[in-house]
Amino acid sequence: MHWDWSIARDALPVMLKAFFEVTLVVTVVASILSALLGLIWAIGLREMPGALSKVLAFVLSLLRNTPIPLQLLIAAYAIVQPTGWLSHTSSLAQYQHRLIIIGIVVFALQYSTYMAESYRGGIESIRSGQWEAATALSLPRRRTWQAVIVPQAMRAALPSLGNWAIAMFKDTPYLIAISVPEMVSQAQDIGGNNFSYIEVMTIAGLIFLVASYPTAILMRTLEKKLVY
Amino acid sequence: MSSPDLSKFAATSGTSGTPRIVFEDVEKRFGKNVVLNGLGFEVAKGERVTLIGPSGSGKTTILRLLMTLEELSGGYIYVDGEPLTHKKADNGKRTALRPKEVALIRRRIGMVFQQFNLFPNMSVIENIIEAPVHVLGQSKEEARSKAQSLLDQVGLGDRGDEHPTRLSGGQQQRVAIARALAMEPEILLLDEVTSALDPELVGDVLGVLRDVANTTDITMLLVTHEMQFARDVSHRVMMFDEGHIIEESAPDAMFSNPQHERTKKFLQAIL
Amino acid sequence: MAELFTVPAGVISTVQANWQQLLGGLKITVELSVFGGALAFVIAVVLGLAAMTRFAVLRMISRIIVEFFRGTSLVVQLFFLVFVTPVVFGWGSHPLVFAFVALGLNYGAYGSEVVRGALTAVPKEQWECTTALSMPWVTKIRRIIWPQAWALMLPGLNSLMVMLVKGTAIALFIGLLDLTSVSDNLQKQGAERFTVYGISFVLYYLLAMAFSAFLRRIEVRAQRRLGLKPTKTDTNRATAGALA
Repeated sequence: MHWDWSIARDALPVMLKAFFEVTLVVTVVASILSALLGLIWAIGLREMPGALSKVLAFVLSLLRNTPIPLQLLIAAYAIVQPTGWLSHTSSLAQYQHRLIIIGIVVFALQYSTYMAESYRGGIESIRSGQWEAATALSLPRRRTWQAVIVPQAMRAALPSLGNWAIAMFKDTPYLIAISVPEMVSQAQDIGGNNFSYIEVMTIAGLIFLVASYPTAILMRTLEKKLVY
Repeated sequence: MSSPDLSKFAATSGTSGTPRIVFEDVEKRFGKNVVLNGLGFEVAKGERVTLIGPSGSGKTTILRLLMTLEELSGGYIYVDGEPLTHKKADNGKRTALRPKEVALIRRRIGMVFQQFNLFPNMSVIENIIEAPVHVLGQSKEEARSKAQSLLDQVGLGDRGDEHPTRLSGGQQQRVAIARALAMEPEILLLDEVTSALDPELVGDVLGVLRDVANTTDITMLLVTHEMQFARDVSHRVMMFDEGHIIEESAPDAMFSNPQHERTKKFLQAIL
Repeated sequence: MAELFTVPAGVISTVQANWQQLLGGLKITVELSVFGGALAFVIAVVLGLAAMTRFAVLRMISRIIVEFFRGTSLVVQLFFLVFVTPVVFGWGSHPLVFAFVALGLNYGAYGSEVVRGALTAVPKEQWECTTALSMPWVTKIRRIIWPQAWALMLPGLNSLMVMLVKGTAIALFIGLLDLTSVSDNLQKQGAERFTVYGISFVLYYLLAMAFSAFLRRIEVRAQRRLGLKPTKTDTNRATAGALA
């Protein structure tokens, strides 16, 4: 077996297209969503009455402790498909779009549970004096969160949020479970057609490495810098 | 420092005659540890009272109870005759007030902390205008110009746009005082405001507080170890031990001629 | 009230018809978790210790391996093992072994960051005093540093173990009949979707909880041995750092 540059040359544009159109889109959109949801969970866990907060914590732990591929299958084939939303599509492209949306939701939910933990750490790192000063100034609870706690917690949690986003990025091939044409599934297809996988899988690995390693380094630097 | 005009921040509401602050049968426990038990005292309008005593004697707890930072375990606190957190219901039962009612009265009280507790994510001026804008509903311009004159008065007129963390401890504490005054409180609580400062920075902070004392009739409760300062600004000194007032008098009398044995020992140790 | 607790007949019949297959899937998932976890642990310790030696070459090799396996995505590594290595090295197709190796390498690399972090977190004085006592490297690690680091690394390893259990679902992509693929197959064959998916969902949850509780017990014991009170450590940040 030898390395075939022509396969690599043909595969690279297709894979990069899938990378930018699917892998990256899912990662970015789902990261933003999970960062928002995670914040909502973190505040909810602190502010909701005891019983409700326990229910939320349990739901989050269910989401966190079950595999994404299974969650994707459940979301696509047990929850969405019976509604007809997946089948009533006019084109393959639209069908795939909808699968991508399902994928984004599943990734956003799963990683929101981890990000909620990051925010919780950030919130707990804020000294009690900050809460006390807000009380002494009679700031309403809402305003205290908005103006005092969240900005500080955000800053403390940022590197950790970034790291979860990188972890999510490397999990995107799980989308193969519901046949979303992301980069690795494209690689698999090309490899199958040429009866040679070494080129495509090497390229896929390199793309992941090239995209994630510098971001990870950035987060490690950020971690040291972002301290009040 | 020139003597600035702080009189416009003076509080005026409330009927004269009713004490500004009343502690009635106040009890505070932390778990099994009883810090205050059956404590009662009054503070008149415009009066400045210094609380002294060994650590753990409950002084700071009193300030924190007034600021609603701690929950009252028993008894009542009144501000201008109105209950702060708990009231006697018509049937004589002790009932907690709703958070909204508490918030309304709490606005009349301001506090300066030992550790300043400025918000690090806001500039100096943003720290000061935050509550006037979002609690009192002042316009940003109005709050800003008031904040600027307060900053001038605490000698930091040119530092408004800076980050609190870039200021020295003494400067941060002066900002914290300006921040508390911006809410135009009737009652100002000062909790060991110079204890966290390097000795050379204490003077400026006390200077600012002297000005506030001399030019306003804000009621003040101070916990401090600066006895000279306490002597200069306060009308009355209360000596605490194990949650009880064991002696109280005018500062001159207290410092030059303490009656109680515990007070004598305490003052000897500290002066 | 009684009807609240009655299980719909469909669920019972679905379970009755398919429990053997589901059990087979669970067996594969548990095997992958246990063996993958064991391999990952060994790799994590070896790479983590290598990162702390005084030999620059060893440290660099460890660093490169770790960054490589952290950076290139578990699924890609699995596909490389499954589709490329049999051709290159001529070994046959062993999906179960490949999945187990991929899990071990990937989570081993993550784990090595946790191990390294724990070794670094042992107070500097402890390292210095071993030098003062002229202890050989192996002795000082084994007798002094490791027992302290062990308690520190368990919370992070715990989080990673739960992730590894979830990661075993990659079996789906190479035709291994683990819990996820079994329930997906059953669903495709017409079994009631919610029931078959739901059963494996719950089984994964219980499995993850069981591993987590087991490692937590070891952690508490390690803390006790150091004379510490059992405390819950916040591992989120460290775990996120190791994964990225």
